[in-house]
Amino acid sequence: MLNVSNAVVRYGAITALHGVSFNVEAGEIVTLLGANGAGKTTTLRMLSGLHAPSEGSITFEGRNITATKAHQFTSLGISHVPEGRRIFPQMTVEENLEMGAFGRRGSFSEDMEKMYATFPILKDRRKQMGGNLSGGEQQMLAIARALMGQPRLLLLDEPSMGLAPMIVETIFRIIGEIRDSGTTVFLVEQNAAQALRLADRGYVMENGRIVFSDSAAKLLTDERVRAVYLGEAV
Amino acid sequence: MGAFGHYLASHFTTLQKEFWYLLVGGVANGFLYGMVAVGYTLVYGVLRLINFAHSEIFMSGGFAGYFLMKALVGTTVPSGLSSIGLIGLGIVAGGLVGALVATALERVAYRPLRKRNAPKLAYLISAIGASYFMFNLAGKEFGRYSVSVPQPYINHAVFHVFGAPVLMYDIIIFVSGLIMLFALDRIVATTKLGRSVRAVAQDAETASLMGVNIDRTIALTFVIGGALGGAAGFLFGLGTGVVYTMGFTPALKAFTAAVLGGIGNLRGAMIGGLLLGIVESLSVVFVQAAYIDVVAFGILVAVLLFRPTGILGERLGRAA
Ligand SMILES: Nc1ncnc2c1ncn2[C@@H]1O[C@H](COP(=O)(O)OP(=O)(O)O)[C@@H](O)[C@H]1O
Ligand SMILES: [Mg+2]
Repeated sequence: MLNVSNAVVRYGAITALHGVSFNVEAGEIVTLLGANGAGKTTTLRMLSGLHAPSEGSITFEGRNITATKAHQFTSLGISHVPEGRRIFPQMTVEENLEMGAFGRRGSFSEDMEKMYATFPILKDRRKQMGGNLSGGEQQMLAIARALMGQPRLLLLDEPSMGLAPMIVETIFRIIGEIRDSGTTVFLVEQNAAQALRLADRGYVMENGRIVFSDSAAKLLTDERVRAVYLGEAV
Repeated sequence: MGAFGHYLASHFTTLQKEFWYLLVGGVANGFLYGMVAVGYTLVYGVLRLINFAHSEIFMSGGFAGYFLMKALVGTTVPSGLSSIGLIGLGIVAGGLVGALVATALERVAYRPLRKRNAPKLAYLISAIGASYFMFNLAGKEFGRYSVSVPQPYINHAVFHVFGAPVLMYDIIIFVSGLIMLFALDRIVATTKLGRSVRAVAQDAETASLMGVNIDRTIALTFVIGGALGGAAGFLFGLGTGVVYTMGFTPALKAFTAAVLGGIGNLRGAMIGGLLLGIVESLSVVFVQAAYIDVVAFGILVAVLLFRPTGILGERLGRAA
């Protein structure tokens, strides 16, 4: 479904990604793990046109999307839940969801009801300003907003960041449900244990390079992963 | 009672006598300021920059209306429906030319800087350059002297409030100003287009992730702000005449109004405009007419010193 080949991303003189290659197949949850500063967010930004790679190529469903602009991605079928959630603070929950459907034509009220069914708290809060929600509510809104674009591929950047364990549970359960309903998920996380339990496959990134990859089950028992990312003594 | 007490008392007596008369004029000016102020605030909202060439958008609308009236108004002053039609046409012409000039300005003076991630100072210099270019071009092409606009209506007193006459000119400004500002408010608060403007103002990058074309949205805010500024230029010229420097003072006052209401805040700009128009008009009682501009810019300095976020605070994002 998604193929990234030898992608290089630079921020001025700094090279953030040194030729990364990976792929995501339809129906999978693929996770990208790595420490702070490894290049995970940069990878996602590249996958939604916010930062074009200076070398390498990206194809999605057979189309070359390397030079596609950010605002064209939702209509391609890729939605991005950005790091830090980035809710529009002075729009209501309802308006934030409407923004998620910005690229769509026609009515989307049915999908809105679906989101309210999946995230009942958002229905209660639908007239409140996004900026007044709690972190967990904002994360749910960010996910719901991305789903309003009817993506076939959903990009998630550290959805568990800064949230209480119980809420993280809920978010991860919902990510599982999203995949079960037919949307492919590419999940960036620092919370490796939980991400690997949910994912089918994983890539591990260090200093802008993918250092290894395997099925999630194998990675969970891999000693390098256990030592560095699961915080266990080997 | 001391000398200062007498001073105040006598001025308050004047204020009582003149209040309604001054208020009517102040509200009319206030609507014009508001219509120009929203242009500053819209552009500030999406670009975080003050479009100092907005004064020339105002001026271009003034000249568009002038040439149209010169072409359409004959030797006898029109009345009734034909007056309304002509004024409507003047507003449309001023608005269209204002929108066109604003679009050209965005393309030529701002977009290239944005694509290069230029520092804010570069925008400011570019704006001042564009402003000088435009008003000098107008001065060269249209002459250096103020000319009055052929009047498409008879400016009689339509009714009185507490003895103060309300002129046809005031009513034209009240009605067209109210319609335009109300329409703008609703468009920004409730339409998809308005939502895209607010989204870019709140978080441009995330707006683009939602499918909003940032370039197009920025151009659109220039079109909207330019249309209202140009229409205001026509209305102002109708009463005061047109000249290549006509934009300078009214636009600077409108900028004051935008700051007063909270730059970036749409309703703030409208309220700030009205407030400034009224305060300025009433202050004639206390200061000589020659000092009236000092009042407006005194307010600007005071707001910047004591409450830089203005009355309603920053941010275009707010819907309602
Ligand atoms: N806008 C930027 N300008 C310069 N360097 C950046 C920028 N964003 C990220 N970087 C650098 O790129 C590297 C990868 O960052 P990032 O992709 O945010 O990592 P992660 O999401 O894995 O924490 C880091 O070294 C970071 O300092
Ligand atoms: Mg990150």
